[in-house]
Amino acid sequence: MGLVDRGRLPAPLTKLFNLGRSYSMWVYQWGLACCAIEMGAAFGSPRYDVMRLGVIPLPASPRQADLVVVSGTVTDKMAPAVKRLYEQMPEPKYVISMGSCANCGGPYWDSYSVTKGVDQIIPVDVYVPGCPPRPEALLEGIVLLQQRIKNEDMAARWRGEGFTPLQRGDAEPIVVGGGPIE
Amino acid sequence: MSLFLRDYLTVVWFGLAAIVLAGLLLGVASVIRPSRPSAEKLLAYESGVDPVGMGWSQSQVRYYVFALLFVIFDVEAVFIFPWAAATERYGTFGLVTMLAFIVLLLDGLIYAWKRGLLRWV
Repeated sequence: MGLVDRGRLPAPLTKLFNLGRSYSMWVYQWGLACCAIEMGAAFGSPRYDVMRLGVIPLPASPRQADLVVVSGTVTDKMAPAVKRLYEQMPEPKYVISMGSCANCGGPYWDSYSVTKGVDQIIPVDVYVPGCPPRPEALLEGIVLLQQRIKNEDMAARWRGEGFTPLQRGDAEPIVVGGGPIE
Repeated sequence: MSLFLRDYLTVVWFGLAAIVLAGLLLGVASVIRPSRPSAEKLLAYESGVDPVGMGWSQSQVRYYVFALLFVIFDVEAVFIFPWAAATERYGTFGLVTMLAFIVLLLDGLIYAWKRGLLRWV
């Protein structure tokens, strides 16, 4: 337990840390199906250039990651590995669920082998709907997450309580576009 | 303090600055960061599958062949090139020393040749 967990951090310092955290996010990529191509376009191509948002998409292992993008169909066989890799990320950690399959099973919602949404095994902070979503949608999800981190109670996140806003605010997961998650 | 030692004082200051800076950063981080270890988190990272065995493992003793040939051909070159560039300065002493070194390695080369290790294709 450190200083932050006990809630003794002054508010300006919390703001400063949150600002720093939101603009230095290491993203771990879980490309599980075709959404990974769009994620690759968003993260790897000069056209979309995710690094201008302060996001570094190339950690070597979950040990160095702050954020994970689950893009694609999570199968029941893959689910234990996804859960374990999430567990192996250090706190504070955030999850973006990209695409209909990761959100809720998508077109394979009635398949015997498909997990009906990655939120059944790990907590999701941002849903990016689409089949597949455009890279811009993923980038918007990251920007919305950064805005949310700037208004986050660090102490609660450090204690593992999920997202707790500093001031009044919505603590529900973000859905890019505001519509349904499928 | 002699001039020679004073030159090395820079190295001492540099080392001290490195230790203080690294200690400061790691100390601040250890106060601020969350620490929530769990069994799953402390498991060896194997891309999500169960790790097999321990972190330590034995390697085959037969790999000595590669070590032998590496010393004969690579390490030898590393020592011979600088010597060859300054042969005149080292004179007879250098020549005799290097010949002894080469003869020692030649011993290994003959052994490898006898074992048929030079034919691996």
